[in-house]
Amino acid sequence: MSTAIGNTIVSLPDQSTARLPKRNYINNEHGLLSWLLTGDHKRIAILYLISITFFFFIGGAFAGLIRLELLTPQPDLVSSDTYNKFFSMHGIIMIFLFLVPSVPATLGNFLIPIMLGAKDLAFPKINLLSWYLYVIGGLFTLTALVLGGVDTGWTFTTPLSTHYLNTHVITTAMGIFVAGFASIFTGLNFIVTIHRMRCPGMTWFRMPLFVWSHYAASLLMVLGTPVLAIALVLVALERTFGIGVFDPTKGGDPLLFQHLFWFYSHPAVYIMILPGMGVISEVISTFSRKRVFGYTAVAFSSVAIALFGFFVWEHHMFIMGVSNYSALVFSLLTMLVAVPSAIKIFNWAFTLQKGSITFETPMLYAFGFMGLFTIGGLTGVFLGSLGMDIHLTETYFIVAHFHFVMVGGMLMAFLAGIHFWWPKMTGRMYPESLSKLAAVTTFIGFNLTFMPQFILGYLGMPRRYHSYPPEFQVLNVLSTAGATVLGVGYMLPLLYLGWSLKYGAIAGNNPWQATGLEWQIQSPPLTENFVETPIMDHEAYDYEWLANKTKHEVTTVG
Amino acid sequence: MGLSPVLWEFLVKWLHNSALFPAEASGISPYVDALYVFLLLMTIVGTALVAVLLLVFSIRYRREKNPVATQIEGSTLLEATWTIIPLAIFLVTFVWGALLYFRIYNPPTNAMNIYVVGKQWMWKAEHPGGQHEINALHVPTGQPVQLTMISQDVFHSFSIPDFRIKREVIPGRYSTVWFEPTQVGTYHIFCTQYCGTQHSGMIGEVTVLTPEDYKKWLAQSNSGMSLAQNGERLFASMGCNSCHSGNAAARGPNLAGVYGSRLTLTDGSQVLVNDAYIRDAILNPSQHVTAGFAPIMPTYQGQISEDGLIDLVEYIKDMQSNYRIQQTLVTSESNQAAPTTPTQGTTEMVKP
Amino acid sequence: MDNAITSTGMTTDPTLYPPYTPAVHEEHEHAVLPQHRHHFETEEQQREAGSFGMWLFLLTEIMFFGGMFFAYLLYRNWYYEAFVVASNQLSVPLGAVNTAILITSGFCMALGVWAAEVRQKGLLVVMLLLTTFFGFIFLGVKADEYHEKYEKHHIPGASFSTAMFVNPAAYGLKEDPLSPDMAQKTQIFFFLYFAMTGMHALHMIIGIGILAWLTLRAHRGDFTSGYVAPIENFGLYWHFVDIVWIFLFPLLYLINRHPLK
Repeated sequence: MSTAIGNTIVSLPDQSTARLPKRNYINNEHGLLSWLLTGDHKRIAILYLISITFFFFIGGAFAGLIRLELLTPQPDLVSSDTYNKFFSMHGIIMIFLFLVPSVPATLGNFLIPIMLGAKDLAFPKINLLSWYLYVIGGLFTLTALVLGGVDTGWTFTTPLSTHYLNTHVITTAMGIFVAGFASIFTGLNFIVTIHRMRCPGMTWFRMPLFVWSHYAASLLMVLGTPVLAIALVLVALERTFGIGVFDPTKGGDPLLFQHLFWFYSHPAVYIMILPGMGVISEVISTFSRKRVFGYTAVAFSSVAIALFGFFVWEHHMFIMGVSNYSALVFSLLTMLVAVPSAIKIFNWAFTLQKGSITFETPMLYAFGFMGLFTIGGLTGVFLGSLGMDIHLTETYFIVAHFHFVMVGGMLMAFLAGIHFWWPKMTGRMYPESLSKLAAVTTFIGFNLTFMPQFILGYLGMPRRYHSYPPEFQVLNVLSTAGATVLGVGYMLPLLYLGWSLKYGAIAGNNPWQATGLEWQIQSPPLTENFVETPIMDHEAYDYEWLANKTKHEVTTVG
Repeated sequence: MGLSPVLWEFLVKWLHNSALFPAEASGISPYVDALYVFLLLMTIVGTALVAVLLLVFSIRYRREKNPVATQIEGSTLLEATWTIIPLAIFLVTFVWGALLYFRIYNPPTNAMNIYVVGKQWMWKAEHPGGQHEINALHVPTGQPVQLTMISQDVFHSFSIPDFRIKREVIPGRYSTVWFEPTQVGTYHIFCTQYCGTQHSGMIGEVTVLTPEDYKKWLAQSNSGMSLAQNGERLFASMGCNSCHSGNAAARGPNLAGVYGSRLTLTDGSQVLVNDAYIRDAILNPSQHVTAGFAPIMPTYQGQISEDGLIDLVEYIKDMQSNYRIQQTLVTSESNQAAPTTPTQGTTEMVKP
Repeated sequence: MDNAITSTGMTTDPTLYPPYTPAVHEEHEHAVLPQHRHHFETEEQQREAGSFGMWLFLLTEIMFFGGMFFAYLLYRNWYYEAFVVASNQLSVPLGAVNTAILITSGFCMALGVWAAEVRQKGLLVVMLLLTTFFGFIFLGVKADEYHEKYEKHHIPGASFSTAMFVNPAAYGLKEDPLSPDMAQKTQIFFFLYFAMTGMHALHMIIGIGILAWLTLRAHRGDFTSGYVAPIENFGLYWHFVDIVWIFLFPLLYLINRHPLK
């Protein structure tokens, strides 16, 4: 332990003698096949991490192309059809192939068994199957992309997607269908693991909040995703046979599709953000050396979000001529779902109070998350408010809102988590100053990109527009400039994290002096995680326990 | 809304000139903007609160200053505070938003009606006098205007940001929206629901004229036939008049004055006859059989365009007596006398 | 435990790493079966996890079918007459026979689970074969029904014909004729019929595939030495498929076939 009071809690082993542990999950077996046929949750997490990073940068490239086109009001870079394919592919890839699996399938997969003191998830083979399904889903989407793309938007609105478009709708829908099952299996695995695989002494209220938020997200995955699956099956059938279940000229109801689609796709928003909230709880606690303020409230607010999240889908349809009374009910429920998020934000903020705070990279990302998610959440209240929604929906306001939540919130949380657990996953530290630069760059770039879009939205610029009236140009140029900065902010971690794999400092077991079970084992961990099944004899985030333990160890050695 | 009018005007002007704020060109715009300002304040205060908390705690409790953390379990009182206060604010927003929603979507009774048909990728406006416009809409100031809209193909969405209105235009059913223009000028019309290749080309301009200019414009753009007159032609050419002749022994119910009345159907249910009902009864007659009549009317699904349907709806809406129907019948069967049938409807016709 | 290394120090031997807690943990001593997966503490835990996972999976299946049931309810409400008349085209005897067959198949499956529990290999294999057999019979009857729909042009799509509903007398039916616009809506009924029963049949086909594999393994004696989890869990799946049919049969075949006039 460092004795001088510095501005960091990082404590690394003596680099001249330190080595990575001889035996760990990475070098336990060798060869590509040992990875492709693995049942180890940590290896599957790495497989997932590589694949979602790949798709993130593909999706990001589309975002870049969109912003480039919007630099000028005229449609000059690409044709309208191509532009429509750009934003469709951007949405589909980012949502189904990046955001939904981002934290759960990588960090969640890696950490949940360890945090619970288990050797693996309940069903390792299903876990591997989930990754293969994800890859197959991704390949379907890439096939659609290579064959000429799809231009339905990620929402597959009928009857546009069923009768009026000539692109690879079915291939893409198949891809999402298959990737959906990857998500269902991940969620199923988590729920069973959390219920049945906790180590002795690990009661529900001793679980880290990361696990709680994954539990809530898993419930949504298991219950929501199948409804999307059936909606996409119906779209594919309608498109192939022209049956008319969503076609008004044959007596079908296009709004039925909207209901089925949003019944999944609204909860999907919480599938995306809840695991990120779990990351933030861990990070804030560790870098302020304090138990999370109001543990129970934070834990239950995750579950509350999951429950309410199922009953607000109609707020995507306020202007579609739904009955006024149902609009009232759904607006009210939407207001209620905002409350647990507010509770979380304030609980995190008060976790800092009387803490002993340091500002390592994960903490910077977490601060970024809290600011941006607050804005994202509060602008959501605009859209949940019936009268305001009329003017704002389907404009850039809504685009800015969900990017604040998904990118400003979830992606920040993802990066916070990746930096925080990188030493555990790889055994090596990333370069600290460069990563701080990346965090700040991302924050600035993000605000520059999406703040102008709020104004654009209120001015009335519709989303998914290839060309726009010239008076909107200034704000669009600002936004594109921000996107450039943001792009740099995202490239940096890719580079230095890759670099750190070989040249990073040896991290040791617990570089952050964190309390979680995962920090009490070697980094990178053994294939079976623990040498002996641990027994949980203290609450989560018990820094006094950690201090006692460390003191005990130091005295016995010294 | 509690702001003084002077301050309000100043704010609006300043924001407008800075191009951060769309023009306020309709009656409801100030109401929408008031809620927007309230919500903006909420966001700014909320975000500032979080930022200040983070900043103050970060400075006061940074490791250099506070090397040892004090463990705090939580505080029910504090947590209750930040549950109840946001909840209260959100509930205020809910009520305010709901009131606004009803204001935006419930048209006043004296609104004049204009039909809008959306299709890939254009807007077609049809005035009752028969004036047709493509990607344009002329309306007078000071007069509530209701748009009855329908799509011929996919979902569209009709939006005029400067009026703060928007409504989905759905295939197969009428949706309505209303506004009262307050400022002369031209404003954007956007399609905001993604509708295929030329989605961003599905734009237009609404021109707000003074009532006098509007009258001039109506006179200039007159095509010679009102919608109802077109409808009358269609009514005769589709042979509707052979059943809906208004005779006591006719096979179809009497349509004169039916608009706005309550009908009893064969299954015993009561329906209000409005635009949507008339349109649906033409396309899916068997679901709308008036009590006492046999379900013999064929469907006209796929045989009449949405424009044609609008003409028919407008004709039936205007029909106060069966006199003209019988006139057309008389010309074909010249040896029949034209009996006068008293109108059956009791509802006042609302005409602009 | 006392020679533990500090968490900040490094070691070259991971086995020196103590579990984080010094408490002594008793290893459960028991004979380890080959089916016992290393990451479960006990077999009990493994069995519980397995059946819990299966129940969750069935929950997702309910949501999956739920979307179609929702569509059914909506359109039934809208196009009641079309649904009644189209429903009359389904053969109640065939549906009833199929219900009986499926229940019998489920019964055999339940007996199979029991056989595995009492460790009777022969009985288990016979029961699994019977379950498969009745599954095939069900699919056969279903195929026959589908074929009949094909002949009557009741398969939604380009070849769909409403003639039978517009002019029932010509086909020797005693129904009241539907108006052409309502008759069109029978296509939605048949679409839902094919989507729901087709999805159900797909679940049965997948189930029969798994049954074949289970039968092989049962024949090897895998499930009659105390390890019955796969049989149990498959039993849950098979009963779920039965239950879906128990809902489909009345909704599609029975409700209001001949409404009172």
